[in-house]
Amino acid sequence: MAKKQSLGSIFTAGFVKDNPVLRLVLGTCPTLAVTTQAMNGLGMGAAATLVLIGSNVVISLLRKIIPDSVRIPCFITVIAGFVTIIEMLVKAYMPALDTALGIYLPLIVVNCIILGRAEAFASKNGVVASAVDGLGMGIGFTIALVLMGSIRELIGNGSIFGIVVNDGSVIQPMILLILPPGGFFVFGMLIAWFNRMADGKGKEPTTLECMNCPQADACRTSEGGLE
Amino acid sequence: MSLGATLCSIFLASILTNNYVLSRFLGICPFLGVSKKLDTAVSMSLAVIVVMTIASIVTWPIQHLILTPLGIDYLQTLVFILIIAALVQFIEAFMKKNMPPLYQALGIYLPLITTNCAVLGITTLNIDEGYTFLESIVSAIGSGVGYLVAMVLFAGVRERLETSNIPKSLQGLPIVLVSAAIVACSFLGFGGLVDGIFGT
Repeated sequence: MAKKQSLGSIFTAGFVKDNPVLRLVLGTCPTLAVTTQAMNGLGMGAAATLVLIGSNVVISLLRKIIPDSVRIPCFITVIAGFVTIIEMLVKAYMPALDTALGIYLPLIVVNCIILGRAEAFASKNGVVASAVDGLGMGIGFTIALVLMGSIRELIGNGSIFGIVVNDGSVIQPMILLILPPGGFFVFGMLIAWFNRMADGKGKEPTTLECMNCPQADACRTSEGGLE
Repeated sequence: MSLGATLCSIFLASILTNNYVLSRFLGICPFLGVSKKLDTAVSMSLAVIVVMTIASIVTWPIQHLILTPLGIDYLQTLVFILIIAALVQFIEAFMKKNMPPLYQALGIYLPLITTNCAVLGITTLNIDEGYTFLESIVSAIGSGVGYLVAMVLFAGVRERLETSNIPKSLQGLPIVLVSAAIVACSFLGFGGLVDGIFGT
């Protein structure tokens, strides 16, 4: 990313154009796992956004001090610190959300969006730009999670954000969508929809984009070049 | 339930009913990224089994002998991820020096596993489920084997996808995810199987 980008374009990049989940295919594990309800998606998105802003700011501040060869462990330590803070806050003030997110809350540490943004953006840019990037990407992540959560909850449980819209008297809710296969299916269909929109605008479809993944190098060696 | 039956039920449950990839959604990135060819899928899964087992062996005593007695449970995530990162480096160096053939087969997958939810996931799950030391090792091996099963099955599905005629919007990633949904559906069929056998 060029340094000349305006703050506005950094902020909105994550919404649709570079949406971390639907365009860059990062953070798939929590996307599939916690989106059985729209509310869980919102909670997960908010938690990840806070971690993302915090870690982006700290890593941006430390970017000239951290030696290049040990940067990944340093990034992970910073991220783990913020995740621990968020984890304690959620446990203390939102126990219901803590139960719903389960192990996926501590697993924000290994969410590739956060490490990916640290690597691709915060370690190369100033504090303000990094904070804005963290907020924008976090909102993009939240949008994707809430979108998936709403679709799965609406079709699978007949409700949205816990408000019942289909009580099953006319159409039986399709429980499969809130079970694990539904996660894969809805995610696949959403990406297909995004591809179709991108195709209409003459853009590239979403692929398993490795550029943004912090593990890209190792992955490429193992596969002899991913698509 | 006897010890053997408990261990068996944990082992089977973590392979079939709580399959690591298809029902717990952990380690999805390598599942989608490395499952294109059967041999890479198998090597990757073997590396996952090795790292998950060793990580469980190391983190369980740390949780129960250091973190809990000192009342610093809240550092669990931070401590575990650092241990896993160091451990993977150590395994890599050890393999390179002492087991060159194994290193050639699995070595390149090891760095991939460090920042992967699979390993941190299993160590955290073992503690959350309140497993004993032995149970957590069995659950780690079981989850690793479950990962292997899912990867191998899915590699087969993907080889067929290569030659099929797919609508334009669904080409590439979307059809892979939709196929994963169907594979996950088949694993739903195992629901209740383990409870049925062991009567829990």
